[in-house]
Amino acid sequence: MSSLSMRPCGDFRTSYKQDNTIFETSTIRWVTIFTIIALCFAPLVVDGYFITLLIQISYLGIAALGLNILVGYTGQISLGHGAFFGFGAFASAWLNTSLHIPVFLCIPLAGFLTMGVGMMFGAPAARIKGLYLAIATLASQFIIEDFFARAEWFSGGAAGSMADPVSLFGFAFDTDQSFYYVALFSLVFMFIWGCNLMRSRDGRAFVAVRDHYLSAEIMGVKLNKYRLLSFGISSFYAGIGGALYAHYLGYVSAEGFTIMMSIQFLAMIIIGGLGSIKGTLMGVIFMVFLPEVLESGVGVMKMTDWGNIPMVVDGLAYIKEMAIGLVIIGFLIFEPEGLAHRWAQIKNYWKFYPFAY
Amino acid sequence: MNFELLTQLVVNGLIVGLLYGVIGMCFVLVYKSTQIVNFAQGEFLLIGAWVCWASLIYLELPFFLGFLLSLLFMAAFGVLLQMIVLRPMIGEPIISVIMVTIGLSIFFQSLMKWIFGVSPQSYPQVFDTQSINILGLNVEMAYLMSTVIALIIMVAFYMFFKHSKHGLAMRATAFDQQASQSLGVSVKHVFAMSWGIAATVSATAGIVLGMVNGVSDSLSIMGIKVFPAVILGGLDSIVGAIVGGLIIGVLENVAEFFDSQYLHIGNMYDIAPFYVLLIILWFKPYGLFGTKDIERI
Repeated sequence: MSSLSMRPCGDFRTSYKQDNTIFETSTIRWVTIFTIIALCFAPLVVDGYFITLLIQISYLGIAALGLNILVGYTGQISLGHGAFFGFGAFASAWLNTSLHIPVFLCIPLAGFLTMGVGMMFGAPAARIKGLYLAIATLASQFIIEDFFARAEWFSGGAAGSMADPVSLFGFAFDTDQSFYYVALFSLVFMFIWGCNLMRSRDGRAFVAVRDHYLSAEIMGVKLNKYRLLSFGISSFYAGIGGALYAHYLGYVSAEGFTIMMSIQFLAMIIIGGLGSIKGTLMGVIFMVFLPEVLESGVGVMKMTDWGNIPMVVDGLAYIKEMAIGLVIIGFLIFEPEGLAHRWAQIKNYWKFYPFAY
Repeated sequence: MNFELLTQLVVNGLIVGLLYGVIGMCFVLVYKSTQIVNFAQGEFLLIGAWVCWASLIYLELPFFLGFLLSLLFMAAFGVLLQMIVLRPMIGEPIISVIMVTIGLSIFFQSLMKWIFGVSPQSYPQVFDTQSINILGLNVEMAYLMSTVIALIIMVAFYMFFKHSKHGLAMRATAFDQQASQSLGVSVKHVFAMSWGIAATVSATAGIVLGMVNGVSDSLSIMGIKVFPAVILGGLDSIVGAIVGGLIIGVLENVAEFFDSQYLHIGNMYDIAPFYVLLIILWFKPYGLFGTKDIERI
């Protein structure tokens, strides 16, 4: 995508180092930094509900970035990401309550545990790919879900398990406003890490495996190693996201981590753009705000005389689910490269305005 | 060891396995001719069963008329679905194709929940007697009908592919798309036809299952349970789908039996096929009858 972005006149790159920067231009860098600083002041400005949405975007965004590394960059398909997210949540709660490890250590540890599980279930990726891998990960989704329901020592069974809030040096991040900073820090940290990973040798190896795995193997990229590593990294991200989710809600129950959640993660990265870190975030924001927009849309409709149809008002939950399905289909048919691509096109249009050629 | 229960369970497994085989056949048919993995297979069952239910309850048609009506509806539905949603996906990467069918599956599943509600509904009584006794085993009438219908469908598939012009065209397309196109086979029609057939036949299976257990959104789980069957048999083998269906049908019942008698792990009926699925993918990814992909540079 970098070839699409227009650099200012006279800004030529003379070394690989310049070609590999995280931010393509200094404008993008400053805009990003100011956005992050502005987000730090968000709890002072916007109301509590919006903060919960931002927290939701953070933990889902971390997990979705993991899936994008696996699907978008390495070209492996996983239908079990929701289960790994759930595993991270349970693992963190379990480490905290059974082994009494402080919460801020539990979160990365849960990430590593999930990484192990992900590599175990990703092991078939060494042998199979594409469609077969999709079905294998579908099976692991059901097996892990079944494990949650059964392993009472780990997940608390049907009752679920409790998770303490994050605390650091005696200060507990137990309100939405304070947890928001934990979530924001994790999001920024994990996204920087993701960007850097993709600039490294391993990141380029992932892309090579995706684009033409036979050529990659001939060039000396170890296929099995990178396929497995990609599964591991993706599960690590899922685990971190899940752990944040657990300590944010304070309670984890097995019902949430179904195949539907895996599909939502896939929907996020497809809507945002496969193989785009910026797109991941766009997709997550889109998917978090979609139900909210629908809900307020129905809310507005309810006010008017002609819009107060009981079928629509009562069926809101189903309409939300249908919207997810429709959005997936619509994006795949009309904009398969996602929001990131559309954004680049809009930017280019204005750069050249009014001379579009 | 309770042999009577075991035999009963194995017979049940064979009956359900035949239905898995029928659904698996539709899955393989779509995969073979259009290279699309249909994650929305279960929704075909669901929609077919609900349409039939609605035509019996709201239109008050006699059973066989309602049955025919829903089959006609599903044939049109399958063809339209292929034309509107899946035709633009030709040539797209596999992740997009999978996600489109998953999107369809979510959409139709919640649409059905929205229209018909979540509580299971049962069909009006079709047979006078509930169950009959064959060789000392109790067999429910609906199960007997399902077996007969499944066998009829399988024979019909065989005759269609062996002796009809359209069947020949479909086999040719599955074998070599470009060559058959250059010999005058309309690949477009073949694609549409395979989706139409898959939708119709799945709907039949859905109606039969609905008669046994009632119609509810749990029918769509069948679309996922068919994966172990088709992977075991080989993704592109119709015979394999039937064999795989029978094996998985028996296996889940036997697993349930051993679990309830000895192991007491619980939930084996639903989860055992997925363990089998993972094991097959580890050791023999192309299944019993599938053709192995050979890639050349």
